[in-house]
Formats: sequence, structure tokens, C-alpha cells
Amino acid sequence: MPMKIAIASGKGGTGKTTIAANLAHLFSQQGRKVTYLDCDVEAPNGHIFLKPQLTEHSPATTLIPQIDLGRCIHCGKCGRICQFNALLCLPEKVVTFPEMCHACGACLLVCPAEAITEIPREIGSIDQGMAGSIIFARGLLNIGEVMSPPLIRALKSKAEEGEVTIVDAPPGTSCPVIESIRDCDYVVLVTEPTPFGLNDLELAVEVVRALDLSFGVVVNRAGLNDQPMLDFCTEQNILVLAQLPDDRRVAEAYSRGQLICEALPDFKARFFSLMAAMETAILGRQIKSSERSNP
Amino acid sequence: MKIAITAQNPSPENQVDPHFGRAAWLMIYDQEKNEWESIDNSAGVNAARGAGIQAAQKVVDHKAEALITGAIGPNAFKSLSAAGVKIYHGATGTVEDALQAYLEGQLREATTNDAKGGV
Repeated sequence: MPMKIAIASGKGGTGKTTIAANLAHLFSQQGRKVTYLDCDVEAPNGHIFLKPQLTEHSPATTLIPQIDLGRCIHCGKCGRICQFNALLCLPEKVVTFPEMCHACGACLLVCPAEAITEIPREIGSIDQGMAGSIIFARGLLNIGEVMSPPLIRALKSKAEEGEVTIVDAPPGTSCPVIESIRDCDYVVLVTEPTPFGLNDLELAVEVVRALDLSFGVVVNRAGLNDQPMLDFCTEQNILVLAQLPDDRRVAEAYSRGQLICEALPDFKARFFSLMAAMETAILGRQIKSSERSNP
Repeated sequence: MKIAITAQNPSPENQVDPHFGRAAWLMIYDQEKNEWESIDNSAGVNAARGAGIQAAQKVVDHKAEALITGAIGPNAFKSLSAAGVKIYHGATGTVEDALQAYLEGQLREATTNDAKGGV
């Protein structure tokens, strides 16, 4: 059964991409067809470690309203319905703010004069290619752009999924993260044993639980002061998939753009046990849900 | 003519709010009637984004032809300029002080270059 695994975190810089790239590489080495999706579109950096040959470049767009002032009757309905302040209705004109628009289409629906049409607006681009046998795709949001979910959506629908699809999610707990992880079979929350790491993990756990997603935690840079983090996971009945020790050699390999599992054989073993723990959890969930549908 | 002034509280004796989009209140002064009207802008204070556009809509809906505030952002500037509202920034002190300063020609009219937001 194909697996779609999101690597997410609350806090930034905990090691999402490091884990995601290493997992993609090791799953691929097992002979499985792997897709790696870099959904961290504001700062995609998975390519540094997977070193793909990017062969396809395409623009990603979102829809914005275009007002035909010849037809507009200046009723103000579009401005009132818009929840994002993307339309300003003045007595004799309508001003649009494309960067505020979420492309919900409500303005189109309420316009009684059929004065609104939707036109595409470029917000970023999608690059695709191969990293060895891994299907690699990444989104890149244009500078100054804030509307990343439509780009993430386009990226996810464009790339061909593998037996294993690794979704490298952006940090945080807001819309871009939700867009990245919502349809995944499993979420790996990468955290670090610091007060910030724990605080943001708590928020991330709330998000995945609200989305009813199966998940586990990887404690990266373990060995600093892990107990509060582990206590939280025990209290909340959260599976700790792996504790990757804080190790200068990891930082050195990372800074050279190397995959940790290749540079450090002892870490390769740790990644294998992480993969095994993850697959057991995913399989358990799949069995449970099939029992529920076929009692 | 009507003049809009951003305020921290709904009274002309109170301080000018240095923000436009996220000002707590908009005070509208009607020159002909010599009357004040106060408009709650808490929606703007709490808006995630687009506060300036929302506040501009209020200024336009109340038919004010000039706005006096501390500082103005790019979207608010674009909105008010499109509506033909003149924007005067750098106002301080009470709302009445700001109105006086405007009437005496002491306030500068904002240009695109000033509309960077922030205070």
C-alpha cells in the first residue's frame, strides 16, 4: 500500500529537511519508488541534500477577480462578502488587492451584474526532476508573496506519487502546514529538547490531532535536556519514533550538504529503526481503519 | 467637508492614534455642522491582514474627504488615493490639536514614498 508521510514540526530549524531527505534516500535504497515533495516553499532546501537534476520548470498561479467596470453597478456586494479585504468598493470604482485574495470565489457568486471574472496570477514556480531514482519536486514562492497554500496545493497535485511519498512541510502550525499535511497517512513531528521545541511541539500536536492524523515524534539533537519532552510525550500517549543524538559530526556533514545516513554509518542504523517504527505505526493504523470499514 | 482623524478613544480630547488601519477609533469631524462622530475600528485592530483597506472603506463610506493620522501603510494609501481622499500624516497630540494643525496647514500630505506603514 502506498504511504504518504509528512515531516513537520512546530519550531523551525529542528531538522525536518535533514530527516525528510535521509528518509527519502533510504526508502529509495530499499528499492521502493519514492517521491520527495519540498513543500517548504518559502525556503525549500531539500535539493541541497538530494541533489536532483531539475528538468521541468513551470509557473504556479492562483485566481484573482477582475472587475469589468462597464458592467459593475457599484452595489458593493463583492467588497462586503470578501473576508480578506481584497476588494475595496468606492462610489465609482472597485480597487482590487491581488496579494490579499484567497481565491475563494465568493465575489463572483454574489455579483448580480456578472461583472467579475477570474484571471490567473503567478505566485511562484514548481521545479521537477530526478534525484537518482527519487522523483523530486519543489515549490518556490515568489519574493514578497505571502499566499503559499495554492502553490503547495499545485505542487502536490502535479508531482507523481510514489510507493513512498515524503512531504517536507514548512515550519509552524498555520495554513501552509495544514495544506502540506492534511492528506498524508502519517506525520512525523521533528522536535528538539529545548523549551521552544517543546512549546511548539505542543502546538503542532494540537494541529495533527485536530486533523485526525496519525503521528509520532522524532527528538532531534537529543541529549541536551530530554526529560521534559519525553514526559510530555508519555503524558499525551505520543509515540517517540526516535531520539537522534546531538552530535557535532551531524552538523559538519549537514554543512557540507551530505546525507547523514551516508556520512555517518551509525546514524544510518538509527534511521532504519525510525523507518521501522514508522511503518509499524502506519500499518497498525491501516489495519484498524480497514477493520472499522469491514467489521 | 468631513475630516477623519484616527483616535485612541472616541473623543476629540483624546490622543491621536498613530496607526491608521489599526487605529482604535476613527473620529469624523463635519466642518459645516461643527459636529463629531466616532466610529469603532476594533475590527481593524484585530484584523490579521488588510486592516488599512478595511479602515479606508470606513473613511469612504462616511464620505470624509481628508484623513489625519500618524502613519499610513501602502494598501491604505492605495485605497484612499483611489477614493480621492487626501492623507495628512505625522499628526500627534490630541485629536483637536491634530485638527487645528491641519486647519493651520501644518500637516504634510502623504505621498507614495511615505506610505511604508509603521510608526
